[in-house]
Amino acid sequence: MEAATGRFLPGCCVGHLGVPRSFPVVQREPVPINRSTLPPVSADDLIELRDVEFRYGARAVLSGINLRIPRGKVIGIMGLSGSGKTTVLRLIGGQLKPTHGTVTVAGQRIHELSHAQLYALRRRMGMLFQFGALFTDYSVFDNVAFPLREHTSLPASMIRDLVLMKLNAVGLRGAADLRPAELSGGMARRVALARAVALDPMLMMYDEPFTGLDPISTGVIANLIRRLNDALGATSILVTHDVQQSFDIADYIYFVSAGVIVAEGSPETLRNASDPFVRQFVHGETDGPVPFHYPAPPYARDLELRDGS
Amino acid sequence: MIGMMDKALRHVGHLVVDGIWKLGTAGRFTGYVLTRSADSLRRPQLTLNEIYFSGTLSLIIIVVSGMFVGLVLGLQGYETLKRYGSADALGTLVALALVRELGPVVSALLFASRAGSAITAKIGIMKATEQLSAMEMMAVDPFARVLSPTFWGGVISMPLLAAIFSAMGIFGGYLIGVVIIGVDSGAFWSQMQANVDLRDDILNGVIKSAVFGVAVTLIALFEGYDAPPTAEGVSYAVTRTVVTSALAVLALDFILTSFMFTGV
Repeated sequence: MEAATGRFLPGCCVGHLGVPRSFPVVQREPVPINRSTLPPVSADDLIELRDVEFRYGARAVLSGINLRIPRGKVIGIMGLSGSGKTTVLRLIGGQLKPTHGTVTVAGQRIHELSHAQLYALRRRMGMLFQFGALFTDYSVFDNVAFPLREHTSLPASMIRDLVLMKLNAVGLRGAADLRPAELSGGMARRVALARAVALDPMLMMYDEPFTGLDPISTGVIANLIRRLNDALGATSILVTHDVQQSFDIADYIYFVSAGVIVAEGSPETLRNASDPFVRQFVHGETDGPVPFHYPAPPYARDLELRDGS
Repeated sequence: MIGMMDKALRHVGHLVVDGIWKLGTAGRFTGYVLTRSADSLRRPQLTLNEIYFSGTLSLIIIVVSGMFVGLVLGLQGYETLKRYGSADALGTLVALALVRELGPVVSALLFASRAGSAITAKIGIMKATEQLSAMEMMAVDPFARVLSPTFWGGVISMPLLAAIFSAMGIFGGYLIGVVIIGVDSGAFWSQMQANVDLRDDILNGVIKSAVFGVAVTLIALFEGYDAPPTAEGVSYAVTRTVVTSALAVLALDFILTSFMFTGV
């Protein structure tokens, strides 16, 4: 519901898991691409965004996004801060409505659903938020039990078993009685992950899951994202800046810049891409299409220097 | 000169538009809270938890304040009534002052400072830390799960707190007037019993406190929900809750009093 989020009113390598990477490789020009003549969404695609635009007032956040997310894969959405990656996730989750275009999830146009239909669809989704978004009043156990208690009428003993299984899957069964304030950042993220998969969702969305984590925790989370996706038979969307981890676990990656998709392809292809933006992003170069300096008047004028002084 | 006037007019225009915009969003917010009430009332435990959060945890400040207000009323009332030889009417004075005015108004002001600020901080932090968004993405409506139960918890708590405040105040007046000063105990209670009307005084006081409960809880919820998701944003929202609630209570008190007790 837009009301709650707007101003008013969620040994790691793919190769090790044997997941096929069978996508065609596409490299795009860094300009909006009109793909309104795309054929109908295929049954293999869980999500399709077609000609999606999104604006906050006069400011365009997304302007002409077209992407497809096939079932069973881990898809990365990468880009600079403020490029519109999280907005894509919120559109897919139905927390925002596109200004133009369509967002189709599991065959349903999510922005046209009623409140009840949207919530019914969300029961099949899980989201890991950037900092976990755990309920601070609840223990770790109660956080993971929350969706089960809200959406099922299972007896307490069965909920207990399910919660302990989910916590065991993320390695935190022993932390069930702790409070969120007693957890490290990495542990909180794992608890949030256990909560997000409590109802065995068909779609998992990860919003910057590696932010602020140490290398070990980052590796653990990356490993869990891939393993849980394959174990649940789910589809995962990974919004991140982390090139190494996302290239290790994603099957396919979209690059978003200034509200449009500027490149897409498998990690191998993107790693060797010649596109200047992709090269700068993947290799962390300080200057390139994304300049080091924010636009400013001439330096000499700001310093009030005269000729010869 | 024209430039300054133009700037001033623009500023006033912005303030008016912003005010109308905020009123509209507050109205829409209230609509959401009320329309989701049925879902939350089907799970009374949620509302009971909020009655504990807003009501039970406010008991100490209400009891202590009620007692002190009653002690002061007893002292001041006795000194004034004595001049007219009507010290026996102390019970009536203390009871009417508390039941009609001080009980609902002072307990609402205290409720706004204790429970209202806590509600705003809770909702504001839940929003800033994406707990409300997480709830939505788990297909749990935060309006039905958190906001509506909090609203009803506040609305139910407020009249109960006002009643406790008045009872403690009357007890304070009794302590000062009867136990310490020596006003006749029989006169104190019998005059109170004879002159305090169940409908005109007590029921109107209960209605007042319920209205204040609705106003204060809605303001607290809306300010928390509308707060920018930053530490500073939540802190300003808490301040606005206390200030806006206090002004709303006093304004509503005037309106309600003019209808209830003066026959306007």
